[in-house]
Amino acid sequence: MKKSALIGALTLTGLAAGMASAGTVDDVKAKGFLQCGVTTGLVGFAAPDANGNWEGFDVGFCRAVAAAVLGDPQAVKFTPTTGKTRFTALASGEIDLLARNTTWTFSRDVDLKFTFVGVNYYDGQGFMVPKELGVSSAKELDGATVCIQTGTTTELNLADYFRANNMNYEPVPIETNAEAQQQYLAGACDVYTTDASGLAATRATFENPSAHILLPEIISKEPLGPLVRHGDDQWADIARWTLNALITAEELGVTKANLEEMAKGTNNPEINRLLGTEGDLGGMLGLGKDWAKNAIAAGGNYGEIFNSNIGEATTIALARGLNAQWKDGGLIYSPPFR
Amino acid sequence: MTAMTDQQKAGFRLSQLIYDTRYRSMTIQAVALILFMLGIAWLLSNAAQNLAALGKPLSFGFLFEPSGYDINQQLIEYDSQSSHGRAAIVGLLNTMLVALMGCITATVIGVVIGVLRLSHNWIVARLMTVYIEGFRNVPVLLWIVLFMAVFIESLPQPRDFRGDDATASMVLSDSVAFTNRGFYIPRPEWHSGSMVVVIVFLLSLAGIWFFGRWARKRQDATGEILPTFWIKLAIFVIPSVLAFFVMGQPITLEYPALKGFNFTGGIYMRNSLIALWLALSLYTAAFIAEAVRSGIQSVSHGQTEAAFALGVRPGRTMQLVILPQALRVIIPPLISQYLNLTKNSSLAIAVGYMDVTGTLGGITLNQTGREMESLLLLMACYLTISLSVSAVMNWYNNAIKLKER
Amino acid sequence: MADLSYVRTQMVPQQDPPITETGAIKWARENLFSGVTNSVLTLLALYFLYQVLHEVIPWLFFSTWNANSLAECREIAEGGCWAVIRERWPQLVFGFYPSEYYWRPVLTFVLMLVALAPVLFNGLPRRMVWFSALFPFLAFWLLWGGSLWLPVAVIAGFALAAMSVIYLPALTGTLLATIVAFIAPVLWWLFLAAPVASILQAILPLAIEPIESAKFGGFMLSVTIGITGISLSLPIGILLALGRQSNLIAVKAICVGFIEFIRGVPLITLLFVASTLLNYFLPPGTTFDIILRVMIMVTLFSSAYMAEVIRGGLSALPKGQYEAADALGLDYWKSMRLIIMPQALKITIPSIVSLFIGLFKDTTLVSIIGLLDPIGLSNAIRADQDWNGIVWELYGFIALMFWIFCFSMSRYSMYLERKLQTGHR
Repeated sequence: MKKSALIGALTLTGLAAGMASAGTVDDVKAKGFLQCGVTTGLVGFAAPDANGNWEGFDVGFCRAVAAAVLGDPQAVKFTPTTGKTRFTALASGEIDLLARNTTWTFSRDVDLKFTFVGVNYYDGQGFMVPKELGVSSAKELDGATVCIQTGTTTELNLADYFRANNMNYEPVPIETNAEAQQQYLAGACDVYTTDASGLAATRATFENPSAHILLPEIISKEPLGPLVRHGDDQWADIARWTLNALITAEELGVTKANLEEMAKGTNNPEINRLLGTEGDLGGMLGLGKDWAKNAIAAGGNYGEIFNSNIGEATTIALARGLNAQWKDGGLIYSPPFR
Repeated sequence: MTAMTDQQKAGFRLSQLIYDTRYRSMTIQAVALILFMLGIAWLLSNAAQNLAALGKPLSFGFLFEPSGYDINQQLIEYDSQSSHGRAAIVGLLNTMLVALMGCITATVIGVVIGVLRLSHNWIVARLMTVYIEGFRNVPVLLWIVLFMAVFIESLPQPRDFRGDDATASMVLSDSVAFTNRGFYIPRPEWHSGSMVVVIVFLLSLAGIWFFGRWARKRQDATGEILPTFWIKLAIFVIPSVLAFFVMGQPITLEYPALKGFNFTGGIYMRNSLIALWLALSLYTAAFIAEAVRSGIQSVSHGQTEAAFALGVRPGRTMQLVILPQALRVIIPPLISQYLNLTKNSSLAIAVGYMDVTGTLGGITLNQTGREMESLLLLMACYLTISLSVSAVMNWYNNAIKLKER
Repeated sequence: MADLSYVRTQMVPQQDPPITETGAIKWARENLFSGVTNSVLTLLALYFLYQVLHEVIPWLFFSTWNANSLAECREIAEGGCWAVIRERWPQLVFGFYPSEYYWRPVLTFVLMLVALAPVLFNGLPRRMVWFSALFPFLAFWLLWGGSLWLPVAVIAGFALAAMSVIYLPALTGTLLATIVAFIAPVLWWLFLAAPVASILQAILPLAIEPIESAKFGGFMLSVTIGITGISLSLPIGILLALGRQSNLIAVKAICVGFIEFIRGVPLITLLFVASTLLNYFLPPGTTFDIILRVMIMVTLFSSAYMAEVIRGGLSALPKGQYEAADALGLDYWKSMRLIIMPQALKITIPSIVSLFIGLFKDTTLVSIIGLLDPIGLSNAIRADQDWNGIVWELYGFIALMFWIFCFSMSRYSMYLERKLQTGHR
């Protein structure tokens, strides 16, 4: 309460004594909560429920980081960001971490000066069309009207794809998923294009999902991942290794259910190092010994977060596909904890 | 202060800067200027520091790099290989297009509604009041999204025009199609010889102007009133039509036709343009109508009575006596309504119309991450438009003021 | 023969006026069918009315309030589906504000009406103005919660300024007192207010549950932004208007530049500045939350318009008032405070109300930068699986709420205009 009073005082008087930024992790510990940027609402990835509690895949990662740093998965405040405001919010320090299905690209990393801490979802841009249109390939879309969400890489991919295939199209730029959905369902555009996961999530909410098909072409690589500002390596390491801890936990079979038991010590040294019973990896990050244990306790390991938010048991019903563990033929792969 | 009194003989003490009205204004101004400069310097140094920390020094180089995205409505040649700067210009032209169309229709609707609101016809006057109060008291953004929703939900999609059991059909002998993607209207095609028709048409316009001048002079001299409207109409139509047929119909119409996913051919007015245009014009027209009404009411009733006493009919009274006098009262609020409409056109992004806010302040800003430069340019664009519109309209305002004296 | 008469000797019994000259028919003839044009207009209007009512009345009549999703609505009723309003109206009004604290915004709103009372009605005790002055702090505390000592500490800054103006001149002279009056509160706010507030809080805890601004939404957000904008812009607008009128060229140039700049750009670009740029202009590492940033920009925006409104009021005053003030030997600030401003502000009240209506409508623009005002919430609601595809009911409800609010205020401002007229003409 004192802190909010202090912040209030700062804002009220419009003073703005530069709060010495010693390092994001210290700021977060001092504040007592993590400020996490998410989308304004995409079913399965981040959306507030009727009581205003945030849920979703990206939200799960925020909670894991909060648990690793502060020991409390609820010590997160969420800032909904639009495609336009997300990078400024991160750059200006308004948020500590951005987990908003953001594509890792060269220019965002190098030119906009952000550090992507890994990939938590491998995605690609796809197309959705009504079945009755009789289209079976994106190559047949010459002359179509295409709904796109602005402020993302999809616009650029789309322009490239149609130009490379020498086709024409009529772009209809739209700000929010809800509006895109309305226009698509009313037939104001023939095709809706965005990340394949987003298309699946959107289709799941339709009255009659089977009347719409996702075309087989995936026209881009969209590795989505959380990101932090350049220049604070300690904070980037914490975020990166929290993600890796969740992935490694799944690989090693550490789940929310058997976590306590495993934390007592196992004969697998990597599990022991991960959960802090052997060595002090947490200390090297500047966190407690049980950082990874807390992170996993927040929402389970990578696979559990995936399954409970966007997995096949949910209405969104995404298969693991590329996002399976490397052992199962996917791309999810964590460097070793050593 | 005591030290200062020693210099009394010099005729000027520092305390005079504060207590002497001759110098005080200078002091205040100097202090104000210094404070202002300090404030600006503080803001700028903060910005410079922050930008340096982010490694994004102020640079407009991105304007010359390929934009990589497409724009649906382009008044000039543009594709995804064109530069961000060109995308901004495309957007700026779109802004101007919708602002211009909006200003014209808003004026027409506004004047009609404003006059009708004062009509003696009870039901018409009431209806106009409902219109004005309804449109004025609901946010324009809501009108824009509402009009867009009306178009999308209630008009047929192009697919409905296809097949034997088509649920929708084109109107005006298959020349115009109203779809929820927009309206398709025929486009004139210019063949060889069409230049002659155009020249004849322009000449006839000049002819109308000269005729008008001549008729007015004649009326001043002889008092005789010619049926100028009909004669002007004849000059407007007959020579052009004659030239058109003499040259062997060099202008044809290209009709829109359903091909593939969409209608092709003809002029395509996108639903975003139409929704924005209609919403802006109807909303602004409500304000203009109020300005027109108060302008008309500001003309004293004696003017109307005098005109009636001279035997002028009500329509001509309005046209010749009331409106010219009301115009002086109407013009200043009209200027600010035009400016408002232009500024409100920036809400285009709510319906995906690619105006300058949508290109420069939207996609370009997103893709390049140059918030500072994009927004500075965007504001400069609007400021230029606003200042030039108000300059032109103020010049016009002064012009009609002078005439009156 | 004698009874032969060319003049009627008996009164004819009074007859009813011809049927065409009485009652509804006369009224219709005069008001609806007085000529060919008028008759055509009337018929057109009637046709138009018929068309509209023909569509709307069944839609309104066969609507339902009881359903849990749009699909359910469509099964029950042919017409509108108002169930979405029934389910979501607390959200549309209060956003995500915790429902157990709804009394706080409601109380704030009621107190606001009380605070406005001295303006609305004559004949109230003058002391009410003190409450109006305290109201902004009270409102801040009620809406955002937290420690009561914080607004108290801020008020203490103003008290400090007032004290230095009243008591210091006797000790140090007017000039120094004025300078102290500016500097002392700033120093107090910068360095002392927050610690003092926390100490007081530690000694005597007086706090209510703090609520972060991210939870603000719906009409409450619109009203909060609108009221904050208009009330903060009043003092700034007065200063700008005076600056624009002043003879000091430098001051005038600054004010004119600011006013014309703000009036020349659309509000949405200023909101973009709030959402993406404002942080760049603050010392590194400072952040505000987005709603406060929006309030800052909206205040700047409306103060430029406010300045123009007040300038109108100033120039509407007869020159004699200025001259009389000078003749009494009042200095600039005294003449402004005691003679000019009270009159100028009084005649500008209707324009200020109109300005507020415009600003209130413009608050819907914040939905474009991702805040959840009614329009932003309507998008969120339409994204919900249950209400996917609902359009008219939501927009209609929002439009109706805005309409009621704005229309009643515009009527009120017309009433004020009549009430406040003092024959200067």
